Amino acid sequence: MVGVPKLALAIVTGLISLSLVPAVRVSAQGATFSNIAQGRYLVTAGDCASCHTAKKGKSFAGGRAIDTPFGILYSTNLTPDTETGIGQWSEQDFYNAMHTGIRRDGKHLYPAFPYPWFSKLTRNDVDAIKTFLDTLAPVKQQNKPPKLPWPLSWREAMIGWNTLYFTAGSFEADPEKSTQWNRGAYLVEGPGHCGLCHTPKNFLGAVNTDHKLAGGNAGEYWYAPSLTGDLRDGVGAWSDVEIVEYLKTGSNNNTATAGPMTEVVKNSTQYLSEADLEAIAIYLKDSPQKSVASQINTGDLGAPALARGEALYIDNCSGCHMYDGGGIARVFPPLKASAAIQAKSADTVIHVVLTGARMATTPVKPTGLAMPAFGAKLDDQQMVDVVNYIRHAWGNRAPLISAGNVADGRKKIAQSGAL
Amino acid sequence: MGCQGRGMKARNEAVSPVFFSEPELRFVEAATERLIPDEEDGLGAKGAAVAVFIDRQLAGPYGLAETWYMQGPWQHGTPEQGYQLKLTPAQVYRAAIRNVDSHCRQTYANKSFAELAPADQDNILHRLEKGDAELADVPAKVFFDMLWQNTVEGFLADPMYGGNRGFAGWELIGFPGPRYNYINEIEQYGKPYTRPTVGLLGRDGTKVRGG
Amino acid sequence: MVGFGWTASILAQELTDAGLQVLALERGKFRDTVPDFATTHIQDELRYAVRHGLFEEPERETLTFRNSIDQTALPMRHLGSFLPAAGVGGAGVHWNGQTWRFLPTDFKIRSHTEERYGKKFIPADMTIQDWGVSYEELEPYYDRFEYLCGISGQAGNIKGQIQPGGNPFEGPRTRGYPLPPLKRSAATMKFDKAAREVGFQPFPCAAANTSQPYKNPLGVQMGQCTYCGYCEWFGCGNYSKASPQTTILPVLLRKNNFSYRTGCDVTRVNLDSSGKRATGVTYVDLQGREFEQPAELVILCAFAQHNVHLLLLSGIGQPYDPKTATGVTGRNYAYQITSSVDVFTDEIMNSFMGAGALGQAIDEFNGDNFDHGPHGFIGGGYIVLWTTGGRPILQHQLPADAPKWGAGWKKAMAKNYLTSASIATHGSVMSYRDSYLDLDPTYRDVYGNALLRLTFDFHDNEHKMSRFITDKAALIAKAMKPRSIKVNQRDGHYSILPYQTTHNTGGAAMGSDPKISVVNRYLQSWDVPNVFVMGSSVFPQNAGYNPTGTVGALTYWAADAIKNMYLKNPGPLVRI
Repeated sequence: MVGVPKLALAIVTGLISLSLVPAVRVSAQGATFSNIAQGRYLVTAGDCASCHTAKKGKSFAGGRAIDTPFGILYSTNLTPDTETGIGQWSEQDFYNAMHTGIRRDGKHLYPAFPYPWFSKLTRNDVDAIKTFLDTLAPVKQQNKPPKLPWPLSWREAMIGWNTLYFTAGSFEADPEKSTQWNRGAYLVEGPGHCGLCHTPKNFLGAVNTDHKLAGGNAGEYWYAPSLTGDLRDGVGAWSDVEIVEYLKTGSNNNTATAGPMTEVVKNSTQYLSEADLEAIAIYLKDSPQKSVASQINTGDLGAPALARGEALYIDNCSGCHMYDGGGIARVFPPLKASAAIQAKSADTVIHVVLTGARMATTPVKPTGLAMPAFGAKLDDQQMVDVVNYIRHAWGNRAPLISAGNVADGRKKIAQSGAL
Repeated sequence: MGCQGRGMKARNEAVSPVFFSEPELRFVEAATERLIPDEEDGLGAKGAAVAVFIDRQLAGPYGLAETWYMQGPWQHGTPEQGYQLKLTPAQVYRAAIRNVDSHCRQTYANKSFAELAPADQDNILHRLEKGDAELADVPAKVFFDMLWQNTVEGFLADPMYGGNRGFAGWELIGFPGPRYNYINEIEQYGKPYTRPTVGLLGRDGTKVRGG
Repeated sequence: MVGFGWTASILAQELTDAGLQVLALERGKFRDTVPDFATTHIQDELRYAVRHGLFEEPERETLTFRNSIDQTALPMRHLGSFLPAAGVGGAGVHWNGQTWRFLPTDFKIRSHTEERYGKKFIPADMTIQDWGVSYEELEPYYDRFEYLCGISGQAGNIKGQIQPGGNPFEGPRTRGYPLPPLKRSAATMKFDKAAREVGFQPFPCAAANTSQPYKNPLGVQMGQCTYCGYCEWFGCGNYSKASPQTTILPVLLRKNNFSYRTGCDVTRVNLDSSGKRATGVTYVDLQGREFEQPAELVILCAFAQHNVHLLLLSGIGQPYDPKTATGVTGRNYAYQITSSVDVFTDEIMNSFMGAGALGQAIDEFNGDNFDHGPHGFIGGGYIVLWTTGGRPILQHQLPADAPKWGAGWKKAMAKNYLTSASIATHGSVMSYRDSYLDLDPTYRDVYGNALLRLTFDFHDNEHKMSRFITDKAALIAKAMKPRSIKVNQRDGHYSILPYQTTHNTGGAAMGSDPKISVVNRYLQSWDVPNVFVMGSSVFPQNAGYNPTGTVGALTYWAADAIKNMYLKNPGPLVRI
């Protein structure tokens, strides 16, 4: 859709919502228990709570700072408060926001809110979500304006962006694939919005659809690894069962969550049904497996650097990750043959070594095993040596990092900690 | 976070004391050198910078007896009742060094302990150890036991505390430093362990924790 | 719960499952594997072992000590003989993990000794008594604690069948340990061979250090011990030592009906006007403010003597008076008598590769496993070679002829550090009329409360027994064919200065007779039925084994009594 029709639609929807009785909370029609339950499930699948809840804030009341390359945006209040939340929004208002990225007052939303993905949800699903949101306790919390430089601060700039990069449209099932595959595709490409992090983005923040789910920037110096079938840095070597286990419990034999994915498991995927998790696994696995030797130029580490890195690894890491990089099954993740370790970008690896990590806690795996922070113990050169080592030892291959990456990481992590 | 290398100074020879005065430092250097002599291998208290360690410890919570119960009343007890002095370790050192040096000047033609010949220094240390010497302000044996204990600590603690410089103490005895994984090695009975010595700040045994 | 260590964690887990609202009040701070025991910094002998980084600070609270009633007790101004903890997890964080069961005869030591050796065999001033609970009753609870912790060991007696390779003297158990024994060190292998040659039956000690990755019945995941040699007095950095943090807290802390507060020092159990019912506790926070916390049930889960201190300050149970031998609270304090035989060889032992409970032991001379008739003493102990580590400042042995300092000392260190080991004896201590706890008349803590006063010494019985088993240890030492040995007898008076063990017991003895016990067989106060007392405080005397296994078993036992009996019908569980 392009400029004028959208504007017209916005005006029309605005008129419609004005014609409804204002100043009282608009409740969805037909708010049956099953609708609410369906909505709650979808909200869980979409992990709305993670972005729409500030650290130590009230659930769904917004206010969380979302770090983007363009500036900081703050999530909005989704509670039914009539003044500061979406209490006055009708089902249509809400659908417009989810489907076309246009909010009740007709202004454009920024795609930090993943409407390009939520656009795929069916009308019925979006209505159910609104029905559920209407049941939340209203919280009075004013939305904060984003900190974006001009011209990005002018919302209508999104019209151009949408023209280039966004096509609204519900999910269309592929008739040649199974019902399960289609369900998985709907979840991944719709409410799951996995590609927002896991697909590379261009300089304008739009995903590169040629490299769907091939890994991307997840913000705050986290890299979301590739979910393609690559055997080295994707999920090609994972079985369906392992993907399900990972999403349900936060870890499997190959790896454990770190950073934003820990929240995703804790708040979202651990609650999905077994059938839905299997569907996601089937969809993700249906991508060609590439050979182990990837085309990425990994660079040659050289013997002295390898030796330095090995010494650091033995002295600092072998107590948990063992000498052979194999870790301990389901306790300390293996580094050897790890897709996460061999990811194209080393941001997550650097982040975890600098600040440590704690596994997701779920009822099945309550322990929350943790790795300590090494940022104070290792200087930048030592970080370079040990990170390059683990990405090149035991048959691993991945692009080399430099001291600049580490310094960059320290800076960005410190900044995001202050958010 | 972001502390990379800050606070970890490489050792230089002329480190100014933080607690001791210069004469006190010379006393402690001399005493510890007799307690664990460098000899030819350089692996003694001097090579290990034990005096630097003791100096830093006395300036910190240990020297101030911060975790000790230091309420009165103060009474002499039996040996089984342990330490009952009103003095903190820092005060013990200060008083004892003053007393011993004073005794030395009176007995050895106005020389301080540090200026005596090694044999005389040994003599004095033996007498302190046995409690034969009488110090004015602190029981001799309490001082000696404390000094010896701190000397061993300074010789064998992690080098980040200022002593065991270059892993001198650990190299002497063959301790490889704090390592976390011996799963493969523990059943290799009788086999020497050959990995390089490591400390909590890494393989550079001259790194000291700043501040 | 007063305190938040092993017993509080076990009880809180059990009682929250039963639907209770549980609050734990801990004087120390919260601690967790990361960041507090992280591998990046925890192997620091000076900070933790020498300067006591994880322990309670006498400056805040200590006790006064004397050997006998005719002396004046003086404050223990810095820690030495025993090392209580401060902080969530308690001593469960910094213990070695040596986990034993007491013998069936230990629980009925008085009646058994009288039966086998006659009443006159027990000295008049020895106040040993039966526990009121039997080994058979506790067996399933030992099992629970062992499976909670993932104990690595070799069973010796399964349902009466002696198992090869285990402790042939242990009481019968229903099943084996959850994990196989830890790997053996060079020194324990030598000990094993020598002990067999002398005619004994050595076995690997049961360890709360996991020999393999382990998921316990609560679903909590533990790692695998890597023999880093920094167990006792340190926290474990890779989840392989059983502690509240590594076995219970991940599940407990998620529960809505459990909460805890740190920096809260409980100073009183408050009683109503009848003195027979606790209304709650008083505690002081870090700002020095006093609070009253109401409670239906008060359970003392602090370290052994701290529980007794609280009982005395709160007026629960009549305080014990040794002169008249009346009263119960503070009575029957006991400890452990230890000795060692150092062994100097010319073979590389590499003792720095070790684990807290990596040991090989013989139990021939423990409890009543041998005929005491000819010897005239009661009790015994195990003889063991532990390879817990080779931390250079505190864990080195030197031959008797090594100079105390100087060039000769240096030479001896260089020669012996890698090639020596030490055999230890771990002996029981009986209870006596003149070994007890009460309140000191002079010295105060930071709140102005009287300090606890400890009156304790080793008696002839303990010295005799210790010499006897030390001789046996020397036999084994010699059979290791060393260059030399050095026998370190524990002669003379008990001294508060050198570290021995943190196995303080008694002061709130359990039993069937309220005239000589503070709590009944369910660890419930006779005087105040809604107060329970956990920990080794309730041991009527101490056996020749580390106490934690028995503490764990008794805690589960008491938890069951509370859940199945007390909650259904609050009141005294034992009526006389």
